[in-house]
Amino acid sequence: MSIKLFKYITNSCLNSRTVMRFMSTTNNEKLIRVSFNKANGDKITAEGKKGDSLLDVIVNNNLDFDGFGACEGTLTCSTCHIILDQKDYDSLPEKPSDEELDMLDLAYNLTDTSRLGCQIILEDKLDGLEVKVPATVNDARYN
Amino acid sequence: MKSIINLFIFCWKTKQELGFYFWRLALAFFFLFLSSSLLSIFIDILLMNRRTHWPIHCSVSIFLLFVSLNFDFKLKTMRWKYLNRTIRKYSKNVNGFHVGIVGSGPAGFYCAQQLLKTIPGCQVDVFEKLPVPFGLVRYGVAPDHPEVKNVINTFTKTASNDHFRFIGNVTLGRDITLAQLKQSYNAVVLAYGAEEDRKLNIPGEDLSNFVSATKFIGWYNGLPTDKNIEVDLNANHAVIVGQGNVALDVARILLSPVDKLRKTDMTEYSLDTLSKSKVKKVTLVGRRGPLQVAFTIKELREMLKLPEVSTKFYKDQMNDIEKIISDLPRPKKRLIQLMYDASQKTEVRDKYFDILFLRTPISILGTSKVEGIELAVNHLEGDKAVITDEKYSLNCELAFRSIGYRSVQVDPDIIFDKHTSTVPQNPGIYSVGWLSSGPVGVILSTMSHAYQVASMINKHFDEGLLKDQKPGYDYISKLLKTKAGMDGTKLTK
Repeated sequence: MSIKLFKYITNSCLNSRTVMRFMSTTNNEKLIRVSFNKANGDKITAEGKKGDSLLDVIVNNNLDFDGFGACEGTLTCSTCHIILDQKDYDSLPEKPSDEELDMLDLAYNLTDTSRLGCQIILEDKLDGLEVKVPATVNDARYN
Repeated sequence: MKSIINLFIFCWKTKQELGFYFWRLALAFFFLFLSSSLLSIFIDILLMNRRTHWPIHCSVSIFLLFVSLNFDFKLKTMRWKYLNRTIRKYSKNVNGFHVGIVGSGPAGFYCAQQLLKTIPGCQVDVFEKLPVPFGLVRYGVAPDHPEVKNVINTFTKTASNDHFRFIGNVTLGRDITLAQLKQSYNAVVLAYGAEEDRKLNIPGEDLSNFVSATKFIGWYNGLPTDKNIEVDLNANHAVIVGQGNVALDVARILLSPVDKLRKTDMTEYSLDTLSKSKVKKVTLVGRRGPLQVAFTIKELREMLKLPEVSTKFYKDQMNDIEKIISDLPRPKKRLIQLMYDASQKTEVRDKYFDILFLRTPISILGTSKVEGIELAVNHLEGDKAVITDEKYSLNCELAFRSIGYRSVQVDPDIIFDKHTSTVPQNPGIYSVGWLSSGPVGVILSTMSHAYQVASMINKHFDEGLLKDQKPGYDYISKLLKTKAGMDGTKLTK
């Protein structure tokens, strides 16, 4: 019992958020800030590491976006559809691939500056990026 | 000290995240240590020259007593908080809002997910005909598209909710009726999809080797009911009637190298059959033209990328399309552009994939087995195909029909629109997914539809339309137990 208790205490200490936060800041990595403007007017700001995709940012921060990232970033759905400003869209280093455009063709509220969140990789110059998250439910019939 | 130990035991017993309390505890220890040592030092200084240390011990123990009392108080508030939470959780169950969902495909799961989120404390019970959940995600999505099946992870997360219950092996209309569901649940959500495939209703449809694409997909995906369908792949030319994604799935499976399919979770018996396949050419036949195809661009691009397969279009069917490409809206524009580019390629490879437009099948030729298919040539009037007298026939040894699905009315009480084969929305009885919107669209459209219906249920719930006290699964489980004869562990069919 006491050994179990001891193990439990040690484990929970190591797993505790404070320790994790402490450990992640020791890497001295700069966090990149991204704001998501939801269709209902909410603005959510979250942070991600360099190399994360926007989908990773949403998943890692447990942001509550309905149905976001159904295929988990494998380019087989268009649920992580986001809309960028023209300026940001042009400044992204990677242009959308044919496969990404194929999936975007199935998205609701498609615009010329639409991208899939799982394909946008964060880097330092994207700090402060603002993206629009269109409503998954585009049809107001039932509301 | 007792209290501190108590705190550990409390955390241990309640399985609380000790890490949360740990820092508070550590802080308390630290202060305890600091203040008692400070106190001791202070007293030590005061009583420098005296030998007796009893006042130190005395004061330290008084201090400790005080601290532990303080802790006891804190503990009590913590315990109270926990108790409070339990009471709230329990009372939610008691005043529960029960939802019964029929069908555990994407529509059912997305609806359940949204309901659990938007109506806290509601109990969602999902009934499924098969022993296992996930419907078409498990038995419809092609095995070489494992990424699409990633949605199962989200569904599993939903299913692990305390207020979610999965009841497999129960069929609406056979084991339970809609009336019984209505009696047990505040809201019944029908999400059983569109299981029947549409027929051509032409002569020769009963010939052997004329296969329903739905059944073929069920066969290679391991759907129990389609395990034994007969399909003879000792054929050179296969014709698929229909130009949707299902037709492309079948064509892709027939033309893919078997070694590629072996890496997927496709059933072993179908891999055996496919490895002996002699299919060299697959033709997709559609009534209308290239602008009206139902498949999506991703699936077509996959076909174009298949090794050893050249995609061909029939002469003159793609020539005049080039002029109108630029006027099309984006999704269609990219699809047509891709088709046009593919039609301009002339390379010759081992296997062929043909797309034939403007043909309506009028009969399947053959005596006992499929030998060919007779087609009527169509012309387009606007978006509609009109049959002309001109006939055209194709020789083939294997043919599939893939012209869509249709929902069935599984229970006579279901308000069923026979014309469109869908179930309209009614307060108390809702329909989601293909059963409601018709059998079209990818998983995204089903998801957003399920969310819409969930928000409608939420609205009706807020308006008080569904406030009757209902027994929920208690009633249904009794019914199932009586039906099963004994204790419900073995359901006889």
